[in-house]
Amino acid sequence: MTTDVAVAAAPPPGSPGGGARPRSRWSVTGGTALGVGSAVLYLSLIVLIPLAVVAWRSLDQGPGYFWRAVTTPDAWAALTLTVGASFLVALINLVMGTIIAWVLVRDRFPGKAVVDTLIDLPFALPTIVAGLVLLALYGPESPLGLNLAYSRAGVVLALLFVTLPFVVRTVQPVLLELDKEMEQAAASLGASPFQTFRRIILPNLVPAMLSGTALAFTRSIAEFGSTVLISGNLPFKTQVAAVNIFSQIEGDNTTGAAAISTVLLVVALVALVSLDLLQRWGSRRG
Amino acid sequence: MAIEVRDVNKSFGTTPVLRDVSIDVKSGSLTALLGPSGGGKSTLLRVIAGLEQPDTGTVRISGVDATRLSPQRRNVGFVFQHYAAFKHLTVFRNVAFGLEIRKRPKDEIRKRVMELLELVHLEQMADRYPSQLSGGQRQRMALARALAVEPEVLLLDEPFGALDAQVRKELRTWLRRLHDEVHVTTVFVTHDQEEAIEVADTIVVLADGEVKQVGSPAEVYDNPADPFVMRFLGPVTEIGGNLVRPHDIEISAGPVEGGTAATVSRVVRLGFEVRVELTVEGRDAWVQVTRGFAEQLALTPGDVVNVRPAPGARSLTLAAV
Repeated sequence: MTTDVAVAAAPPPGSPGGGARPRSRWSVTGGTALGVGSAVLYLSLIVLIPLAVVAWRSLDQGPGYFWRAVTTPDAWAALTLTVGASFLVALINLVMGTIIAWVLVRDRFPGKAVVDTLIDLPFALPTIVAGLVLLALYGPESPLGLNLAYSRAGVVLALLFVTLPFVVRTVQPVLLELDKEMEQAAASLGASPFQTFRRIILPNLVPAMLSGTALAFTRSIAEFGSTVLISGNLPFKTQVAAVNIFSQIEGDNTTGAAAISTVLLVVALVALVSLDLLQRWGSRRG
Repeated sequence: MAIEVRDVNKSFGTTPVLRDVSIDVKSGSLTALLGPSGGGKSTLLRVIAGLEQPDTGTVRISGVDATRLSPQRRNVGFVFQHYAAFKHLTVFRNVAFGLEIRKRPKDEIRKRVMELLELVHLEQMADRYPSQLSGGQRQRMALARALAVEPEVLLLDEPFGALDAQVRKELRTWLRRLHDEVHVTTVFVTHDQEEAIEVADTIVVLADGEVKQVGSPAEVYDNPADPFVMRFLGPVTEIGGNLVRPHDIEISAGPVEGGTAATVSRVVRLGFEVRVELTVEGRDAWVQVTRGFAEQLALTPGDVVNVRPAPGARSLTLAAV
């Protein structure tokens, strides 16, 4: 997440940079130094050092042990399930989140304000409660006759629930700010509504869609609470990585737990960086 | 006629914005829709473009009834006050947009876009993004983009409204020259009477959703239909119950035929012109004279002089209050 935020704040290439202001130069650089200093210190204490400790702990007993810990059949199954399910969840979020944001910004319907508030509920609810609710609704005693308990579909459902807000909440403000006159200009130049969407609206939404998707993906691979009940934690079948890590810790294998955590960290980092590269490549191409 | 608007009415909610508006725009002309803000001029322009639907009335473009046509099928070029640049596309791709939609061959697009960029003096900027351009450059890009599709009519909504005074003056001279070169029927909205007089060959004065007067700049300036138009088109002052342009008043030291006695209250020098403020029959008025004339009369506050409308001066009698 840190890389993403830092990149988003950087000015686009070619935009006029802050020119030197000779008279207040000292106070400007002084202020900047203070700002950068406190940001770095804070990030170090809260994010960088703990993450470094996890990575370092994972190598406590050498790279051989790391590799064995990660490739034990149950750990490997948990990791592939987590990454696969998260990938699927991110993809569904990308499409559905954008549609929901679109409906919330562009359409008028009764109860819109209520729906708009509901979007944030998965953030507010303790994830274990979310798990309980999902189990009651889609479990063995499902009033809907839909039993997803102890299945991989149940895991995906739980992840979809907790990651719903990300894409919606990143796309929504961009859509609100989008210059309507751009669309009118496109229409007067002969573009059909679909062409206007594809050539004008979508390219302006893609950065927000991608960063929302990246957040949903990274949140998914780390999810614990909501999946723990509905998945039943069946090793090789429905156990996700976070639960596997928890059972490693319970079994006093902290190095193994740290090793799996490190793999999750690397996957998250790769996802964030590659989506960011994709965005830059896209904005260069236009 | 390139554009014929007939009996158009339009309300936003319960507020009427256009009331029985009818105008004709000649092919190849450069017409200004002039009026105070909130007068309905932008709405009229958007009705012509199809970006707003009139409640009643018809719009014909090049003889074809366009009232129910969508904007994309009207073949009009529209330029917005705030440019409406496609931020994610380069200048070249912005201008090429309409041609790409029309699926023209690549090399034809390239040729046409480069021609247009040359016309608007942006050929060096083809690969830049709109955010890297100044306001004036963005508006020129928007103009080239609108011209690319060879529209029947070009509509500009306060095209220079967001630019600073210096750039605005440059661009309006340039627009006039461009129009002489391209000859596309052009309608632009402005609230700046100087801009309308300088650029347009026909002025439509619009206020309170109604057409107040239509005519050449000289006609609306010299023969305003009513006190509102006279006030809006240029400076006015009141002498003897008549509305007169301050440069159409004669000052003389001695009594003259048809003159009225006036007391000078203040003399303000504004470069070559001098603004003489007077009290005439208990009312404030002002006269615009040249510096040479003011020095010749040696006008100072407290002087009693005689004023009268110059021979041939246009004036409007105000209803007695």
